Amino acid sequence: MSVLSVEHLTIGLPKGADRRHAVKDVSFTIEAGEILCVVGESGSGKSMAANAVMGLLPDLVAVENGRAMFDGKDLFALPERARQALRGDRIAMIFQEPMTALNPLMRIGDQIAEVYDAHGALTPRQRRAKAVALATEVGLPDPEAIVRAYPFQLSGGQRQRAMIAMALALEPDLLIADEPTTALDVTTQAQILSLINDLQRRHGMAVMFITHDFGVVAEIATRVIVMRYGEIVEAGDAATVLNAPRHDYTKRLLEAVPSDVVPAAAAPRETPMLAVDGLTKTFGGKRSLFAKRRVVKAVDDVSFTIAKGEILGLVGESGSGKSTVGRSIVRLVEPDGGSITIDGQEITTLDAAGLRKARRRAQMVFQDPYASLNPRTRVAAAITQGPVAMGTPRKEALADARRLLETVGLDASAADRYPHEFSGGQRQRIGIARALAMRPELIIADEAVSALDVSIQAQILDLLRDLRERFGLSILFITHDLRVAAQLCDRIAVMQQGKLVEMGPAEEVFLRPQDPYTQRLLAAVPGARWSGAATTAASA
Amino acid sequence: MFATHAAIDTEDKARRGFRLLRILTLIAARLVKAVIVLLLIVVANFLLIHAAPGDPAAVMAGEAGAADEIFIEQLRDRFGLNEPFPVQLWTYLKGVIQLDLGYSYRQQQPVLDLILARLPATLILTMTAFVISLTLGVVLGVVAAARQGTWTDSFVTSLSLLFYATPLYWVALMAVLLFSVQLGWLPGYGYETIGAGYTGLPHVADVAKHLVLPALTLGLFFTAIYMRMTRASMLEVSRMDFVKTARAKGLSPSRVQRRHILRNALLPVVTLAGLQAGQLVGGAVLTETVFAWPGIGRLMFEALAQRDYNLLLGILLISAAVVIIFNIITDVIYTLIDPRIGANA
Repeated sequence: MSVLSVEHLTIGLPKGADRRHAVKDVSFTIEAGEILCVVGESGSGKSMAANAVMGLLPDLVAVENGRAMFDGKDLFALPERARQALRGDRIAMIFQEPMTALNPLMRIGDQIAEVYDAHGALTPRQRRAKAVALATEVGLPDPEAIVRAYPFQLSGGQRQRAMIAMALALEPDLLIADEPTTALDVTTQAQILSLINDLQRRHGMAVMFITHDFGVVAEIATRVIVMRYGEIVEAGDAATVLNAPRHDYTKRLLEAVPSDVVPAAAAPRETPMLAVDGLTKTFGGKRSLFAKRRVVKAVDDVSFTIAKGEILGLVGESGSGKSTVGRSIVRLVEPDGGSITIDGQEITTLDAAGLRKARRRAQMVFQDPYASLNPRTRVAAAITQGPVAMGTPRKEALADARRLLETVGLDASAADRYPHEFSGGQRQRIGIARALAMRPELIIADEAVSALDVSIQAQILDLLRDLRERFGLSILFITHDLRVAAQLCDRIAVMQQGKLVEMGPAEEVFLRPQDPYTQRLLAAVPGARWSGAATTAASA
Repeated sequence: MFATHAAIDTEDKARRGFRLLRILTLIAARLVKAVIVLLLIVVANFLLIHAAPGDPAAVMAGEAGAADEIFIEQLRDRFGLNEPFPVQLWTYLKGVIQLDLGYSYRQQQPVLDLILARLPATLILTMTAFVISLTLGVVLGVVAAARQGTWTDSFVTSLSLLFYATPLYWVALMAVLLFSVQLGWLPGYGYETIGAGYTGLPHVADVAKHLVLPALTLGLFFTAIYMRMTRASMLEVSRMDFVKTARAKGLSPSRVQRRHILRNALLPVVTLAGLQAGQLVGGAVLTETVFAWPGIGRLMFEALAQRDYNLLLGILLISAAVVIIFNIITDVIYTLIDPRIGANA
């Protein structure tokens, strides 16, 4: 018998939303001991469906129709008290953002023990003992000590383990995991996925796993449903959906997944546009009379060059120092040592006036398309601010802004609108237009596609490739995703703990990595053993 | 089994000891800085007062009805006003370091005695206002946040806007007009009924009755600020991810509210309370003047009017010291309630 059977679920959105229903007439079942992956891009309604089952829909969003049969009862018909009793006991949930999902003022152990407290289980002493046992089971280091730690003392992966420990506390029949690994580094993601897999088998739970990443699907799914605009477009066995998708949307999504086939690199180019030599940057804690100074070597003797018209991928996990390198080049971060030259001009020793001029030559595109545009400034102003400050007449700059918006694939009229009127992908295009307005020779794209859905991500990569061809731009493409880097870049440099561990042509690094760390990184990419992406892309 | 427990207990004790040590070093470091800051404040006050127009000797001579040059010169000599400025400053600083705030020639008493005599009245007033505004503000803020968007919320929010925007002296005057002149419910001025000779409980009741209007007047502004801050902070925290986690655990709404939302939401309120507490001594000048409350505020007002330099300097120094002390206390409280603070300090 199914653990959960959702029938004809329809969830209404408040007035003024972009559509009437978040979820429309969706039906699916989850059997005991299986992992059902719900796949979709942002806005597909996958999280809404999960929150409806859990009874945690936001205010103003409500189930309009349908049933959710769990243990012989319709969840939607139960009174709130009864649903509360089920939450955390029979149905548990883990979330996307481990950094913010734990109460910062409570010890980890107390937060785990609170689950028992909420459901009146065990004595306080037993609860503490169970918290330690659970911390052990989810693989937290030094469980006895970690239950007394506060969330800020744990890494992202450890916090996600703590969340899982809470979810497991009362041995639920159903675990809902809402993008639980999206915010984690690949190697951590691989560990968490195998932990969930493992626990699911050991406890025989049913798992509803929500994700946007087909790599993750390949890694853990038993069955898959694919959602778009609140409706299910395809459902079936993991193997069938991944290898023989029927619906066009599924096919397109799978094609958009960065494949294992590395495109041929452009011919090597001679003139170096950017040369970084022996760059170092150390971040020190504040020196004080009463505490020792803590020192982190963020960038440790890093050297590389980018030729004119070349795209170099700088790949690493969080804390590897890759962003610090990018920021040092435009001196948003002051490097401690080494030299940086753009087209032969030394950047590190420039005074304020010289730096202002030089910054024009290297422009940054940032990760978060929502946070990197001022919400109260029209797009036109955002794009023209730089050139106008540099002395371009306002009228000319404005005309140029309209042309650039067309160059990046938007309508010229976008100039008169505000950032909130655009989607994430569109905003990233605006960010690129803003960078281009300065007529740079070098673009530093810091995780510029990481916050985007796969299909949008593929479009932005195309745009960057296109711009390189048309303007002969050099690009430093900073990313945590080796696969994305392999799709776009001519060469790839891999960073670990501030050091460059490997650098070479994209194909070499991606297909025949030499350094053990690069090999680990590649092995951790979800779906690494699944060749589906490659074949789908090849046949497309 | 027992061995491990014992080991954990000792470890726990060591950890707690370490934490205490860290807090003590924090306090010590802050105190050293505080002394330096206070000395700078003394110097700045001294400079400001001497730069201001007005000559105490002339004021005194005028009041004595003998405003001739020789008499004024005699007075100047007696009070050291003819010494060069750095010498005057040095003499004063030496006194301050020995906790001697000088002598008020106007009142014919040591400055410190004058201040200490007035301190209790001020503290009764400001502490009452502090407690009223903190409790009332937080409770109203929690209620408004819990009923966001309802009639109650709008009412509480508009009320606090009113308190916030109305000038204190006007509120004070209106309160006196309404409650003591028109209705005759409460006394409109003073600290106690003069000449009644109450002792014991009746005396307490008498002071309490006199306290109601000034304390409410003084507390209204901060009540409004606490209320708005608590409401905004509760709403912000309730949107955070960990609140959803708490609900997903199956906690009851009231428990989520108390243990997860309120505790986090009160952090900024502590900062604000520290600010208000800093004004316990020096923040009631206006209220005390309007209500003829015999506290430090009125003493300061009188000192200012009479160019009583030593007394004025003394009051400014004491109120500055109180501000600094409460800043330190706020910091210590913060390290106690928020584990993230002090971890990397």
